[in-house]
Amino acid sequence: MNALMDNQVFQVALWAAVKLVIILGIMLGVVTYLIYAERKICGHIQHRTGPNRVGPLGLLQTPLDVVKLLVKEEFTPAGANKILFHVAPILAAFPAIATFSVIPMGPPPTFVVTDINVGILLFLAMSSLGVYAIVLGGWSSNNKYALLGGLRSSAQMISYELAMGLSIIPVLMRSGTMSLVGIVEHQAGTYRPFESLPIALPNWGIFHWYLWLPFVIFLITMFAETNRAPFDLPEAEGELVAGFHTEYSSMKWAMFFLGEYMNMIVISSICVTLFFGGYLGPGPASLGLLWYLVKLFALLFFFIWVRWTFPRLRYDQLMNFGWKVLLPGAIANIVIATAWLWWRANA
Amino acid sequence: MVPGLFVGFGVLLVATAVMVILHRNPVTSALFLVLSFCSLAGIYLLLQAEFLGMVQIIVYAGAIMVLFLFVIMYLNLQHDVETGAQIAVRRGIGWMVGALLLLFGALLVHRGWAPGPVTPAPAEPAVGNAVAIGRVLYSRFLFPFEITSVLLLVAMVGAIVLAKSRTAPNDSEAA
Repeated sequence: MNALMDNQVFQVALWAAVKLVIILGIMLGVVTYLIYAERKICGHIQHRTGPNRVGPLGLLQTPLDVVKLLVKEEFTPAGANKILFHVAPILAAFPAIATFSVIPMGPPPTFVVTDINVGILLFLAMSSLGVYAIVLGGWSSNNKYALLGGLRSSAQMISYELAMGLSIIPVLMRSGTMSLVGIVEHQAGTYRPFESLPIALPNWGIFHWYLWLPFVIFLITMFAETNRAPFDLPEAEGELVAGFHTEYSSMKWAMFFLGEYMNMIVISSICVTLFFGGYLGPGPASLGLLWYLVKLFALLFFFIWVRWTFPRLRYDQLMNFGWKVLLPGAIANIVIATAWLWWRANA
Repeated sequence: MVPGLFVGFGVLLVATAVMVILHRNPVTSALFLVLSFCSLAGIYLLLQAEFLGMVQIIVYAGAIMVLFLFVIMYLNLQHDVETGAQIAVRRGIGWMVGALLLLFGALLVHRGWAPGPVTPAPAEPAVGNAVAIGRVLYSRFLFPFEITSVLLLVAMVGAIVLAKSRTAPNDSEAA
C-alpha cells in the first residue's frame, strides 16, 4: 500500500477523484436550486410568483420534490429492453461529470481537477456521447413516441455538434492551445480595440470582433445540445407526449432531468471559458472562483430566460437552420478569422 | 498503475469486441462496439496519444456509431430474415478469415514480436500531441490528406445524387 501511495500517477488519480466527488456533491445542490430558480424565473416571466408554499419563499420545494421522486413507484413498460432501460438514465448524467474534470473553475491547480492539453476535445467527445442516453432511453422504452423523440434528438445533436465544433476553432486559433486553462490564461490582460482612443477592455474572447459570430453560433448550439427550448424537439409535448422519457418515472426520470441541468452547467462553463475569460476578473487571483460563478450564473439565467421567451422550432426549420445557416456561417468565420490573424501577424 | 490500466483496457477491449459478434440483438452489439471504441481510446491515452484518443471517441463513438444506431433503430432489425444457405456461406467466410487472422498472430508470436514498454517516450516532448500531428499531416502526409478529403467529397456528392434520384419519381407521382 505504501508503494502505491508513493506512486505519482496514483497520487494524481486520487486527488482527481477526490475533487470530482466534491464537485459532484456541489453540483447536486446547485442543480436542485437551479430547478427552483427556473420555476421562480418562469413564474415571474409569466406574471406569477412561482413556488412559494414549501419553506420560506418556497426554498424547500425542489428538495422535497426529489424526496417525492425517490419514494415514487418505479414503472418499467412490459416490452422494454430491461438493461438498456436502466442504463440510459445513468448515461444522461455521466458525460457532464466527466467534462467537469477539465473545466477551470478558478486559478490552477486548486480549482482545476486536471489540465490536459486536449481539454476542449474532451468536452466535444463527452457531448457527443451524451446523445446515447436520449437515443437509448427512447428506443428501450418500446414506445413509438419515445422512439421518435430519441431519433429526433440523435439527428439534432449530430447536426448541431458540427456547428459547435467549428465555432470553437477561431478561439483555438487565437489562443494556440486546446487546454482550457491555457485558453483562459491567454485572455488575461487588457485589450485596446482602437489605439487612438483611451478605451481598455478585458482581453476576453467576446471583445474581439472575429469571435462574435462564433460566440453567437456557440450560444445557439448550446441550447440545441442540451435539448432546451427553443430546441427541445426530442420532448415536444404537443407531438410526442413527453418524447424520449415518456415511459420513465420516479428517480430514473429524475436522472434525465439531472443530466439536462448538469449539461446546462457544463456547457455554460465552457462558454465562460472560451469567450468570457473564465475565472479572470478584477481584483486578486483568489477571487477567481467568484468571477467564474458570477459569469456562470449570468449565463444560466440567460438559458432560463430564453426557454420561457421563445417558442419551439418546427423540425424542418431546426434542421435547415443547423445545416444551411449555422454550419456555413461557422466555416465562413474560420476563413475570415484565419485571414485576419494572419494579416495581423504579418502586417 | 499504467501497466495495470493497460491490461484493464485491453481486457475490456477484447471482451466487448467479442460481445459485438456474439450478441443477438443488433442494438446491443452496436453498444458493445461503442464500449470497445472507448477502451481503445483509453489505450491511446496510455500511449500518450491523447489527441488520437479524443478523436477516436468524437468520430467513432460519438458520430459514426450514433449513425449506426440510428439506422438499426430505423430499420428495426429484430429478425434474421436470411435463409440457411446464406448463413452457411457467411459462416464459412467467417471461419476462413478467423483462421487467417489466427495464423497471422501465430506468425507474429513466432517471429519474436513482443509488446515493448507500455508508454514509450513521445517523439517530441516539447510540443503537444495535436501540434505534432498537425505538422506531420500538413507537410509529409499532405498529399494523402488532400486525397482523403477529395474522397469524402466524392462520397458526399454520391450520397446527394442517390437521394435525388430516389425522390424525383415520387415528386412526379405526387404532381
